[in-house]
Amino acid sequence: MTHLIQLHEFDGGIHPPENKLQSTGRGIKKPPMPNELVLPIHQHIGAPADPVVAVGDTVLKGQTIAQPHGYVSAPLHAPTSGTVIAIEDRVVPHASGLTELSIVIKPDRQDSWIEHQSLCAELGLDDCDDIPADALIARIRDCGIAGMGGAGFPTAVKLNTGKYTIDTLILNGAECEPYITADDMLMRERAVGIIRGAQILLQILKAERCLIGVEDNKPEAIAALEAALLELHEEHHIDVVTIPTKYPSGGEKQLIQILTGKEVPSGGIPAQVGIVCQNVGTALAIAEAVDEGKPLISRITTVTGDTIVDKGNWDVLLGTPVSHLLKASGYQAPGKRKIFSNKKPTRIIMGGPMMGFALPTTELPVVKTTNCILAPTNKELPANDIAMACIRCGMCADACPADLLPQQLYWFSKAEELDKAEQHNLFDCIECGACSYVCPSEIPLVQYYRHSKGAIREERATYQKAEQARERFEARIARQEREQAEKDAKRKARAEAAAKAQEAKKSAAPTNSAADKASISTSTVQAATNSADLEKLQKQLTGAQAALVKTKEKLEAAQNDPDQADKVALFEGALAKTQDKIKKIAIDMAAAKKAAKTSTTEAGVSDKGDPNSPERLKKKWDTAHARLETASKRLTEAQEQGLDTVELLTQGLEKQKARVEEAKAAYEAVSSSTKNSSVAEVSTDDLNKENANDELNRKIRAQQDRVAKANERLEMAKAEGLDTVDALTKAHTKQLEKLAGLEAQLTPAGEA
Amino acid sequence: MALLTLSSPHTHGSNRTSRIMLTVALATLPGLFALSWFFGYGTLINVILAIATALASEALVLKARKYPVSFFLKDNTALVTGLLLGLALPPLAPWWITVLATSFAVVFAKQLYGGMGNNPFNPAMVGYALVLISFPVQMTTNWAMSFQVSGTELISITDTLKVIFTGAKELTDAYTGATPLDEYKHLISKETSDQLLQRDTFSGWLNGGWEWVNLAFLAGGLFLMIKRIITWHIPVSMLLALALCSLVFGWDEDLYTPLSLHLLSGATMLGAFFIATDPVSASTTPRGKLIYGAGIGIFLYIIRTWGAYPDAIAFAVLLMNFAAPFIDAYTQPRTYGHDKPRRGLKPGDKS
Amino acid sequence: MSTIIIAVVVLSVLALVFGALLGFASVRFKVEGNPIVDQINDVLPQTQCGQCGYPGCKPYAEAIAGGEKINKCPPGGEGTIQSLADLLGVEPEPLDAEHGAEKAVPTVAYIREDECIGCTKCIQACPVDAILGAAKQMHTVIVDECTGCDLCVEPCPVDCIDMIPVGVDRNNWYWQAPKTGAALIATDRQPSASTLVAEEHV
Ligand code: SF4
Ligand code: SF4
Ligand code: SF4
Ligand code: SF4
Repeated sequence: MTHLIQLHEFDGGIHPPENKLQSTGRGIKKPPMPNELVLPIHQHIGAPADPVVAVGDTVLKGQTIAQPHGYVSAPLHAPTSGTVIAIEDRVVPHASGLTELSIVIKPDRQDSWIEHQSLCAELGLDDCDDIPADALIARIRDCGIAGMGGAGFPTAVKLNTGKYTIDTLILNGAECEPYITADDMLMRERAVGIIRGAQILLQILKAERCLIGVEDNKPEAIAALEAALLELHEEHHIDVVTIPTKYPSGGEKQLIQILTGKEVPSGGIPAQVGIVCQNVGTALAIAEAVDEGKPLISRITTVTGDTIVDKGNWDVLLGTPVSHLLKASGYQAPGKRKIFSNKKPTRIIMGGPMMGFALPTTELPVVKTTNCILAPTNKELPANDIAMACIRCGMCADACPADLLPQQLYWFSKAEELDKAEQHNLFDCIECGACSYVCPSEIPLVQYYRHSKGAIREERATYQKAEQARERFEARIARQEREQAEKDAKRKARAEAAAKAQEAKKSAAPTNSAADKASISTSTVQAATNSADLEKLQKQLTGAQAALVKTKEKLEAAQNDPDQADKVALFEGALAKTQDKIKKIAIDMAAAKKAAKTSTTEAGVSDKGDPNSPERLKKKWDTAHARLETASKRLTEAQEQGLDTVELLTQGLEKQKARVEEAKAAYEAVSSSTKNSSVAEVSTDDLNKENANDELNRKIRAQQDRVAKANERLEMAKAEGLDTVDALTKAHTKQLEKLAGLEAQLTPAGEA
Repeated sequence: MALLTLSSPHTHGSNRTSRIMLTVALATLPGLFALSWFFGYGTLINVILAIATALASEALVLKARKYPVSFFLKDNTALVTGLLLGLALPPLAPWWITVLATSFAVVFAKQLYGGMGNNPFNPAMVGYALVLISFPVQMTTNWAMSFQVSGTELISITDTLKVIFTGAKELTDAYTGATPLDEYKHLISKETSDQLLQRDTFSGWLNGGWEWVNLAFLAGGLFLMIKRIITWHIPVSMLLALALCSLVFGWDEDLYTPLSLHLLSGATMLGAFFIATDPVSASTTPRGKLIYGAGIGIFLYIIRTWGAYPDAIAFAVLLMNFAAPFIDAYTQPRTYGHDKPRRGLKPGDKS
Repeated sequence: MSTIIIAVVVLSVLALVFGALLGFASVRFKVEGNPIVDQINDVLPQTQCGQCGYPGCKPYAEAIAGGEKINKCPPGGEGTIQSLADLLGVEPEPLDAEHGAEKAVPTVAYIREDECIGCTKCIQACPVDAILGAAKQMHTVIVDECTGCDLCVEPCPVDCIDMIPVGVDRNNWYWQAPKTGAALIATDRQPSASTLVAEEHV
């Protein structure tokens, strides 16, 4: 050690029996190849990986079999060569004992590697110190490295420290949990690789110094590391720091406090205080990934406990079933030994006795985070007795490394007073178990906290979901109201238009004029009518015509029937009335049709209310852009803090981008067309003429339409024998005249 | 293979509540011995009677609540409650006072609040306060005189039994008297300190035997501290506060009881190390414990000096029991990673 | 006589002063709280199922603010009733069975997609627009948005909508609270591992 490191102390902590000597007696061994390897796709914190192999595929050792899904995720590699025999739900090593999708590989026992090489060679660099940090991080990500100390956070994400500058890299070799010696043996046997990993990490983080914290109960490991430092000439950058043995000094936050005196802010990450902390095993994995191109496919696991004959450390392929490992270590189920036969169930613990979790079955694979399989006898680690009441002795508070008040948290958790528990900083509990360990009443405190944390998270999720539902519901209601309002407005407009048409008709009727006159007079009406009106009128017309036919029949009948002679006059009157009505309707219809046309053309001209006007589109584009910016900001934040929302945010970002593109495209299309039209306006006579021609052509077409319609109506009237025939004939002629005029106009315009 | 899946941690230290309670009981033995040595067998008989009553009433209530009797009796908390009451009551108090105080303590102050761990008040002191208020005469005059005071030999075991169980009048009068604290307080207005200290009660080094009793309890308390069963906070702050008050107000020995008498007479040490430190009803945060202890010390001085009762451990402790939850809420330690400690219980407020 | 007058005057002055103080305080320190309807609405589960007899949670919240009973929301169940009782300072009542029972497990709608005929009826029924689809097209439920209100089940002419329980996975699983008192203590016998097996994985 070249620097004098001022050690600090964290509050609380305990000294449980270490029980480490049992498993350091022999070196690291490799167990025989199991018959199948089970690789859950979710071995890390974050999103599960997506399998990229299918059942029946043959895979080579080190081949990628699952790709990361989103940012906070990690790929998975085949630990050996063989065949994928299943991709199915298997029980995963998790406290819940749930099943999750796993890729099952049957080894071919060839153990043939896929091609792999060092990053340096891959990039074709001469000086391997020149590899850019990005490339290093990408390699670490591609090799599926996730924190090997227990949590399994994807290492590449952790190394992406964003806006924070890192001054200190800490390698965690404290290994404070009783029984576990995986890191100890790793440091003893592969110290050079660890230091090499530290070098790479320093290169990525551009940190000034690296501290390797090792508890003072591992003198051999410390000596090995010191020797490796000298070998790699790193004694000036990297310090191996001996720290006092106390549980939980290996907790990330506690180790940082011991080595630097700094505290990671609540809810924050070490990078916020300029520190990145990595497990020594992770450092070794990084060195292997960068220097040899080997992905993370195996790890060191301690197998220990009184039921194990060959206690020690194994270099285990990921996916190896625990039962296989136990068998290789000579596990003897306590029930099987005649003399001590007791029917009590025992525990097989993955991880250490303080923070590990008891397995529901041994048919579970070793995963990236499995540092220990502990198979104790009941005598060795008796299960807790029934909890007595809390006597508020405060021993838990004295032991708590996070300076919480575990007894208060317990009272609140027990009474389900979750808000109070949260106020008492429940979420700062690192679940180290020190409080449960010392509690004289043997209260399973940590389980209470875990339950409360879960319940609080669930409550938050429910609340969020309710909020979301409410928003959506309100949006829906608003939409429905809007639609209703629009409908109402339309109806009202229609009614108004009808009333106006009525007036117009009234004013037109006394002149006994022809339909064209009527249509001319109604054309002055600012009509907001539409085709619906027309339809209505059409219906009325049909109705009236039907009535007419009926009346006529009746009239005839009356005329033929002497009994009803007195009614003839009546029917005649009715007939006249109906005919009148039909006339009126025909006039209305003509007016309505005309109005509909004008209103559509008007709508086409006016900018207001046009969702495609350039201004609006521009605005849309702007808002989309602003949204994109906030989204990307959020994403970077999330990335820096390594939140698991990163993936979601990335997706959101993509969407926003697409939206911006859309808005932009729309805006550009419209603005260019507007430009075109403005260009047209200021253009030469030629263009004007062309325009005029166009105009005329359009008019002619419209006129032709009108002629056809008039013709139609005329025919109809003739067929029905109405007295409007005359008027309609006149109108028809007029329309024809107009058409001829227009055509005449067109010819000179076209010639010019 | 049946496998247990319990939450971590899977291992446990050697502390057990029942053992802690037993250790507390053991730590009182020097004090008990000193009391019996100087004041006769009265205390011993009281203690036995109180423990028996405590266990019996606890068992009855548990039975009534349909709880497993043996499991809960094993936690030894009833034993400690009875023991402390037995130690605190006057050595020659009539038997029914002991029985009443103990059963009240166990049934009302402890079990009716939900049993062990749920009682807001120190049960022993609730029982003590009850009999002190109800029967002030017996509680203040039935203090046995130490053999040094009475000048005669110690009251014999048969006489003790007679006094306790039959209340034999002439024996009672012969062997009982007021405690030194009581006597000093009542007579100091009439006599000077020097005159007072000439009296029988205060003969010897300080007074008849009380100093040894207190020193014995102090020794027991230190033992508990070494065993890490109690922390230093409450006893130290309580004794310091008492001493400070005494120095500020009581420097004139012709007006107020002197410091030495405060510290080494009455139930001071018993209170400081065994009663105030009862974890269930005390404050639990480190700073809270200091405030809690100091509060007891101050109340103790106030009641002893200006109150009507000769000793005041019970009232001082009960008063501070009231305040303990409040103190706790305002003295939470600063959690790792937070800038400041949280204060109080404001909803929705996070530090 | 004069003393009485003095007393009356002093008391009146005091009353005035304190009245003014109180009035000032009530204006000065007025808490801008949520209107009660919003607070009630926050407590309701927002399932929008209408089982309470109102066309959604907000209308029910308004009704509660207007004096309606608080025990008509089955999706919220006892928890919501308790929260409402706490909020409004009234006695909690058991859930009114007339409006339905609380679901044992949360559910979401699932459309058997090959049976869906694309009638859009469920879309119209869904209060939170959690169903996607167009006429004659296969419809599907956005699981994250579905509140499990059942409203879409009834209108479906081919009965292709199932309410399936929300599964437990690693993301929403959490530890049970340890078994306390009652369960273990009820038996007056030595605690043994067998009593603890209660937690054993099945
Ligand atoms: S250690 Fe156990 S008994 Fe003591 S205060 Fe904490 S939870 Fe209560
Ligand atoms: S488990 Fe939580 S409360 Fe208990 S000692 Fe550890 S950090 Fe503190
Ligand atoms: S019953 Fe409950 S969830 Fe359903 S609409 Fe009424 S308040 Fe909302
Ligand atoms: S999808 Fe069905 S169950 Fe889900 S919210 Fe919509 S209507 Fe309710």
